[in-house]
Amino acid sequence: MRGVRVLVGTRKGAFILTSDAARKEWHVDGPHFPGWEMYHVAGSPVDPDRIYASQSSGWFGQVIQRSDDGGKTWIPLDNKFSYEGDAGTHMWYDGTPHPWEFKRIWHLEPSLTERDVVYAGAEDAALFRSTDGGASWIELSGLRKHGTGSQWQPGAGGMCLHTIILDPTNPQRIWVAISAAGAFRTDDGGVTWTPINKGLRSGQIPEEDAEVGHCVHKLAMHPSHPERLYMQKHWDVMRSDDAGAQWYEVSGNLPSDFGFPIDVHAHEPETIYVVPITSDIHHFPPDGKLRVYRSRTGGTDWEALTDGLPQRDCYVNVLRDAMAVDRLPSCGIYVGTTGGAVYVSSDSGDHWMPIVHDLPAVLSVEVQTLA
Amino acid sequence: MTMTVPVRVVLPAPLCTLARVAGEISVDVTSPVTQRSVVDAIELRHPMLQGTIRDHVTKQRRAFVRFFACRRDLSLQAIDEPLPPSVADGSEPLLIIGAMAGG
Repeated sequence: MRGVRVLVGTRKGAFILTSDAARKEWHVDGPHFPGWEMYHVAGSPVDPDRIYASQSSGWFGQVIQRSDDGGKTWIPLDNKFSYEGDAGTHMWYDGTPHPWEFKRIWHLEPSLTERDVVYAGAEDAALFRSTDGGASWIELSGLRKHGTGSQWQPGAGGMCLHTIILDPTNPQRIWVAISAAGAFRTDDGGVTWTPINKGLRSGQIPEEDAEVGHCVHKLAMHPSHPERLYMQKHWDVMRSDDAGAQWYEVSGNLPSDFGFPIDVHAHEPETIYVVPITSDIHHFPPDGKLRVYRSRTGGTDWEALTDGLPQRDCYVNVLRDAMAVDRLPSCGIYVGTTGGAVYVSSDSGDHWMPIVHDLPAVLSVEVQTLA
Repeated sequence: MTMTVPVRVVLPAPLCTLARVAGEISVDVTSPVTQRSVVDAIELRHPMLQGTIRDHVTKQRRAFVRFFACRRDLSLQAIDEPLPPSVADGSEPLLIIGAMAGG
């Protein structure tokens, strides 16, 4: 059956939402791992029935789970994420050196081509790779050790590596983003890394165009144009047309350029989506209206999408991994809120409906388009 | 000569679910019976619990995990200090508890 499977991570468990291609009638399955924080649940593009889940708890730490049957059953995998060699220090909030300490996995990114390869983004920021389906993990330590790591500082949510983008045309190229260090790129499969933050300006740091120290919230890319990247920064929506070598601002007429998620339409590489919130202090949408903003011009010119979304007394947020797009002919857009709702639009954002209202706070939303 | 003894352990509910066990478990512990040797035995029997009770590397108890036995909180005793004889002889279980935390 052609349809979609939406993988939702929440503060208190994971949920799997399924529908046929119409995306009107939904089956809700869960909670999986009830009571645990599910930072991310992600399926393999090679084998859609293979799904990875990051499960964590303030009491019991990190667990990684994998399903090989589309989320029906799960097996716990290796949860030992060891920083390679002498872990060293990064900068603490007060400017003093602070030892690198593993806290949790924020993001899992299965390989585009190899069934058993998966990447994991950690707090404190590091990138890990497994080549055996999660049975063991090795740090790609060239990222932390390329030279600026000692200057990285946590954002308010922790010093997390939250974005991993794999280049579909070049298996040696990977982009990552870290709060609050910035964006980085490797062109040799993760051995060496370069900060790619030119053009970013952050008024919250002493040197506003510094090489690192920027609070990048999320990156997005369309697979047909891997050199074109979009970024939602702490403030500012940014774009790069040269794989991150240089960025320029495309916030345009947004009511606020603060936000967390950003994503690209499945079939229109210049159509992008953000969810503005009021400010770094007020993590809720302006005017109590949940509005997804769409640009069909790759930024700068934005329109509010409101039909079916709450337009009064709405004070939720959409976190950085809580927006996704499916690849059905009429592209579906999904957002999950900290108020526990997951909304879907099956027509590129023109009309929305809630799939669920009252889940725990949503941390992440991914969608699999099933043949 | 090393000797193993059966030790009764009660895991917190989330770890029972993770390990797919119900209620009290018994593990064969290489004596002396200490926090370290009991958790070694738990992790040997249930590898998915590695890192959930104590740190993988330092072997220190996770901050919000407590060890109780014989109506005493043993969490702060050294990990190589012998546990009470009634835990070692199997007449009392070692309770591993998720600490009251949050608000």
